[in-house]
Amino acid sequence: MRFGVVVFPGSNCDHDAWYAVRENLGQEAEFVWHDSDRLGNLDAVILPGGFSYGDYLRCGAIAKFSPVMRAVKKFAADGGLVLGVCNGFQILVEAGLLPGALVRNAGLKFVCRELRLRIETTDSPFTGAGAKGQILRMPIAHGEGCYVADDRTLDELEAEDRVVLRYLDNPNGSARDIAGVLNRERNVMGMMPHPERAADPLMGSTDGLVVFKSMVAAFAHA
Amino acid sequence: MTTITPELIATHQLTGAEYDKIVGILGREPSYTELGIFSVMWSEHCSYKSSRLHLKKLPTRGKLVVQGPGENAGIIDIGGGYVAAFKIESHNHPSFIEPFQGAATGVGGILRDIFTMGARPIAVMDALRFGPLDDPGNGARNRRILEGVVSGIAHYGNCFGVPTVGGECVFEACYNGNPLINVFALGIAKKEEIFYAKAAGIGNPVIYVGAKTGRDGIHGASMASAEFTEESKQKRPNVQVGDPFLEKLLLEACLEAMQTGAIVGIQDMGAAGLTCSTCEMGSRGGTGIEIELDRVPQRETGMTPYEIMLSESQERMLLVAEKGREEEVFRVFKKWGLDAVTVGRVTGDGLLRVREHGETVAEIPNQPLADSAPLYDRPHTLPPRTAPIEAPEFASTNLTRDLETLLGSADICSKRWIWEQYDYQVRTNTLKGPGADAAILRVKETGAALAMSLDGNARYCYLSPREGAKLIVAECCRNLAVLGAEPVGATNNLNFGNPERPEVMAQLVEAIEGIAEACRFFEVPITGGNVSLYNETLGEGIWPTPVMGVVGLLKTGEPVRMHFRQPGRAVMLVGGVGECDAIRFGGTQYAKAVLHDLWGLPPALDLEREKRLQAAVREMARAGAAESAHDLSDGGLAVALAECSFGAAGVGAEIALDSNLRPEFLLFHEGPSRVLISTAEPERVAEIALRHGVEALRVGGTIEGEIVIRRQGQELVRAQIDSLRNVFGQALENQLRA
Repeated sequence: MRFGVVVFPGSNCDHDAWYAVRENLGQEAEFVWHDSDRLGNLDAVILPGGFSYGDYLRCGAIAKFSPVMRAVKKFAADGGLVLGVCNGFQILVEAGLLPGALVRNAGLKFVCRELRLRIETTDSPFTGAGAKGQILRMPIAHGEGCYVADDRTLDELEAEDRVVLRYLDNPNGSARDIAGVLNRERNVMGMMPHPERAADPLMGSTDGLVVFKSMVAAFAHA
Repeated sequence: MTTITPELIATHQLTGAEYDKIVGILGREPSYTELGIFSVMWSEHCSYKSSRLHLKKLPTRGKLVVQGPGENAGIIDIGGGYVAAFKIESHNHPSFIEPFQGAATGVGGILRDIFTMGARPIAVMDALRFGPLDDPGNGARNRRILEGVVSGIAHYGNCFGVPTVGGECVFEACYNGNPLINVFALGIAKKEEIFYAKAAGIGNPVIYVGAKTGRDGIHGASMASAEFTEESKQKRPNVQVGDPFLEKLLLEACLEAMQTGAIVGIQDMGAAGLTCSTCEMGSRGGTGIEIELDRVPQRETGMTPYEIMLSESQERMLLVAEKGREEEVFRVFKKWGLDAVTVGRVTGDGLLRVREHGETVAEIPNQPLADSAPLYDRPHTLPPRTAPIEAPEFASTNLTRDLETLLGSADICSKRWIWEQYDYQVRTNTLKGPGADAAILRVKETGAALAMSLDGNARYCYLSPREGAKLIVAECCRNLAVLGAEPVGATNNLNFGNPERPEVMAQLVEAIEGIAEACRFFEVPITGGNVSLYNETLGEGIWPTPVMGVVGLLKTGEPVRMHFRQPGRAVMLVGGVGECDAIRFGGTQYAKAVLHDLWGLPPALDLEREKRLQAAVREMARAGAAESAHDLSDGGLAVALAECSFGAAGVGAEIALDSNLRPEFLLFHEGPSRVLISTAEPERVAEIALRHGVEALRVGGTIEGEIVIRRQGQELVRAQIDSLRNVFGQALENQLRA
């Protein structure tokens, strides 16, 4: 399976995602530069963490205008798998591919911490290889990861089983402990925690591999 | 045309004799711009004029040293065709004036020093020193400075994408008006792809890349070379503003441009900006550089040559490219959206020639400007002893409570509140992050790993600069040994007061000689560093504060843990209970936090014994004989035992000691050369220790949920881990909220 990792100016988890896919997962990975408007022959796209364009406006607010995002939107509309991690989640939300918004952490500070997540649904190409209720240990590292949306949207997300991951110890004030959500078509997921940092036993946890392995399995069955 | 008057010379912090030397070099009176250029290049910060003579005493050679002092960073060979470039820098003065930007640009500056050598930064550590957060007069300001500094470091490092993996944060009243912000950074490069800051090839273009030049930071280097007065607080415009996003682009663009093979030499514009980069590159290359200021990208209009040459605007680099290959370089910078402009060329006449609108505004021989700065052998009489030698009367009424006091004290308590604001994992190399004896970063390219430890102890150095400095080197090396790493190189940051005071100069000389002796003994070469003098506010100097950063090599693998992992393991005190008397107890954290006092001498260090201890614990770690290991330092045995118990497993220990030391000494003395280990193989640990001629006492075993310490049947300490953990974990936040 061929993963594309988008590189925006200011992306800084791009290499980590690339490394996890290639070295820890054993799949193919390549970088996609932000000003290319074609994705080429990819089976999945990862929008990595970092500070795209410096994030001096709202996080992800500039990245959504980059040429590559037009290609990503088309890729998603055609049913391709798109995973946004951290800044990638913020970009997906800004680009309108996912509902809600990510605002400043409730504690008003950047937080880097390993914590526990619960898989809320396995009916997704990102968690299919896991078990419902399974607890995952994974780090977060963000200053603006507080997920917010109006009640109607939140109710809808829950009713449609689109809340994929929840925090056990909510670190940022996210509404209803939400750590990751799906789009309606279930082929786009955004999550604040970093699965690529929990993909190697030396880094303390391999629980993040569930996300990537699920994508591989989903692709194989598609 | 500005006339050079004695007042003008004085405001440039040049002495009459220094001015005469300038006139001698030029063979005429300098222009205003030239005076400015000389004043920054000959400032203490850039020229090390008070310390150079003594820095020569440091050992700088070793079989792994690829680059010693004198370049942007030191470089050591880490095997597999790769090298590590590392250095430490201070940003003390700017961080006092504007904590957030001061600290942020401190991080930015040291990162540029690393990637200008072709190395990608993979780790940052910080040694931070502030006035006490509960200081009666200055507490509120100290809290504000700490919060600003921490968020500045987080802002810059997190966005740039380098993990901040450890460091230290301590508090003393002497830092009330002069906090210390020392930033260490380390990067990795291929050995064949190291770049140097040398201008070679007559006729080659000199290219300016990165941010535009503004009026920020003019005379930053000179500010860092003077004491603080009431007026310094007015120097806010001297502090630069950082843009970590721009620096990230600069990093990627520089590393990519280096791959083209078209770059001959490169240097960042840090202290003294365009002045320093042009004349140092020329001086190192034995060439001249001619630049035309009209071509320098400028953020503001109407800037004078003086301002352009002295600006310390951040995120700028100067490089020399091969003639005819400029386009290859420009193409890369354009891809990253950065300015890259040819501003001049390399010449054969050895002169730094600065032109504006075609007219020469400065013309100075490079070599004397960069290398013939005044050199002072300042008087250094031994410091008057300000701490009493004799111990006060004291007797503890509750040793468990004393332990709690220490665990909740500002120096010892958990710094989680600080390091959680740093991304300590980005680039997924962090095998061991903050909150440990040392950090470990893997090198994915080679399978090696690098351990790094950053340490200082101004209390020890105040009592004896020489002995204190040796103890710091020993502790850094011990921190690495505990993890199985072999120290291979070091960098130092020497933070002192006004060197024109003989007693301060004496502290500096003593500390340098102490570092030199210990580094020579442990065979750890110093590959570079930084000297920060004039750390004084309103005539009040800081304590002598040398900070060491030591780098060690090991293999990538699961690191030795600090925390006890399961009950039923043997607990061993390798190195034994150590020795202490009342005089040697005066510099301890117990004296500070429990007795609020300081006296006597630092703990006694036996270098031979320390070396044997380190060899023994290194072997234990590498052989997998230690299930956990932690060195004894601040707060001694009892604090180390508690820290080992603060793991997720909730495992503590019950130990019994046979010693005639009085209980306070036994539990809390800080004698070096000791490590606490838990192991499933006590016989193997004993065997290794014996072979190295080191004592290894089997003092007890690990148990669930509490720690108990007995001496000759008498219970000295008994405490639940959870209650101690609470005190340890919450203390800093409580103080900040006060």
